[in-house]
Amino acid sequence: MIDIDIKKELHGADGKMLLDINLHIKKSEFIAISGESGSGKSTLLRVLAGLEKADGKIVVGDEVWLDKYISLAPQKRKIGFVFQDYALFSNMTILDNLLFVKKDIELAKYLLYVTELIELKDRFPESLSGGQKQRVSLCRALMNRPKLLLMDEPLSALDPVMRMKLQNEILTLHREFNITTIMVSHDPSEIYRLANRVVVLNLGKIINIGTPKEILLKTSGSQKFSFEGELLDIVRVDVIYIAIVAIGQQIVEIVISKQEKNRLKIGDTIRVSTKAFSPNIC
Amino acid sequence: MDSLDFSPFWLSFKLATLTTIILFIISLPLAWYLSQTKSRIKPIFEAITALPIVLPPSVLGFYILVGLSQNSPIGSFLKDSFDIELIFNFSGLVVASCVYSMPFMVQPLQSGFESLNRDMLEASYIAGKSQIVTIFRVALPNIKPALLTATIITFAHTVGEFGVVLMVGGNIPNETKVASVAIYEMVETMDYSSAHIYSAIMVIISFIVLLLVYLFNNRERFP
Repeated sequence: MIDIDIKKELHGADGKMLLDINLHIKKSEFIAISGESGSGKSTLLRVLAGLEKADGKIVVGDEVWLDKYISLAPQKRKIGFVFQDYALFSNMTILDNLLFVKKDIELAKYLLYVTELIELKDRFPESLSGGQKQRVSLCRALMNRPKLLLMDEPLSALDPVMRMKLQNEILTLHREFNITTIMVSHDPSEIYRLANRVVVLNLGKIINIGTPKEILLKTSGSQKFSFEGELLDIVRVDVIYIAIVAIGQQIVEIVISKQEKNRLKIGDTIRVSTKAFSPNIC
Repeated sequence: MDSLDFSPFWLSFKLATLTTIILFIISLPLAWYLSQTKSRIKPIFEAITALPIVLPPSVLGFYILVGLSQNSPIGSFLKDSFDIELIFNFSGLVVASCVYSMPFMVQPLQSGFESLNRDMLEASYIAGKSQIVTIFRVALPNIKPALLTATIITFAHTVGEFGVVLMVGGNIPNETKVASVAIYEMVETMDYSSAHIYSAIMVIISFIVLLLVYLFNNRERFP
């Protein structure tokens, strides 16, 4: 449904780089874009929204958004965009933020009801929490029933509980409105829960593409579980060494041998895995 | 007190009000353009609009006088085509004031627009709104302190101008004799008591205006 074939020169931290993306997206698909910072994820979204220029082609359904002769203005692309910093209109109430996009009071009330914001409709954005603001932003993005919903790390500023809640709401709304969605995200659990496909970018190029299971699942062979974490500290207790590792939101202790201790240094990214009962770290 | 003629004050306020309205209309698109453009010629525009701040009012007044006189192409064009003369009359003062006070309107508006969250403006474009709708519905309501500063300072600065007014307008009662020129004339004629009253009124009005601006801006910033 969406064909993207674009090129754009970027000035990254390591000098010039070419954003070169060729991607086909099916209708109603939920795509997650992941990759190191500076790999061109946000720029790709901004090019799709028409906020930045690029060479190449973007065709959505039977509509050409970008080619050699046409570059449709953001106003005409019929998209929804959720910014990382919410970008709400601070001079308008929550309800007016939605109605500014389209005077459809029924839809606005429905969206606020689904996201449990209806009680706050007459408040101003300033008085809302981060999670509430981002839900308003999501509702606002859906007001003109977009063909394409773009989200630029929408949940990265929120705490884990709020993140989970919003993931569920995004999923509900995605299913209900059937909108083709592209979301930039770094969080593997978020990607796993929401996306049908993951696109991994590095230095402006797609280096990996597949289902979240194919891309994210890091166990291989006979391992039963495998977690990636950061080595925070190694402490000696009598004759053994204990590694303190941060895995996701948790801190765990793992017994390691002297050889392992000599091999590792604090700050390393390590993998904790087990085959049977004794965990290894490598 | 009875003999005091307050018409120079009314003339000053009439001039300042007209100048502020005209400058707002001219400066709004200019300040918006300067705040949004990445063009290489932006510094040239910025330098031109800031010129009246650094130039001596006599220099500015001299060029405006020369430019608008009937010997100049602009002056003779206006006279021949529209029968308009802009020297030593009130209309000429308005034109000169607009040139002189322009930076005081453009600069606060421009920095106000520049301080806006760019994503917020882009959210408006994505919502299908044009630049004009975005300016009036999103940008301006979110830069109220800058808007107030721009209009009040432009107004106050126009009330307070002297050199340009004297050079372009002269000293014609009820036409170009504004408050600052009237005070100058009183001092020249050694009417110090009237000069005192006029000057005190100017100081008090200016102080009250500035106080109101700062009170409002503080309230907006720390509600």
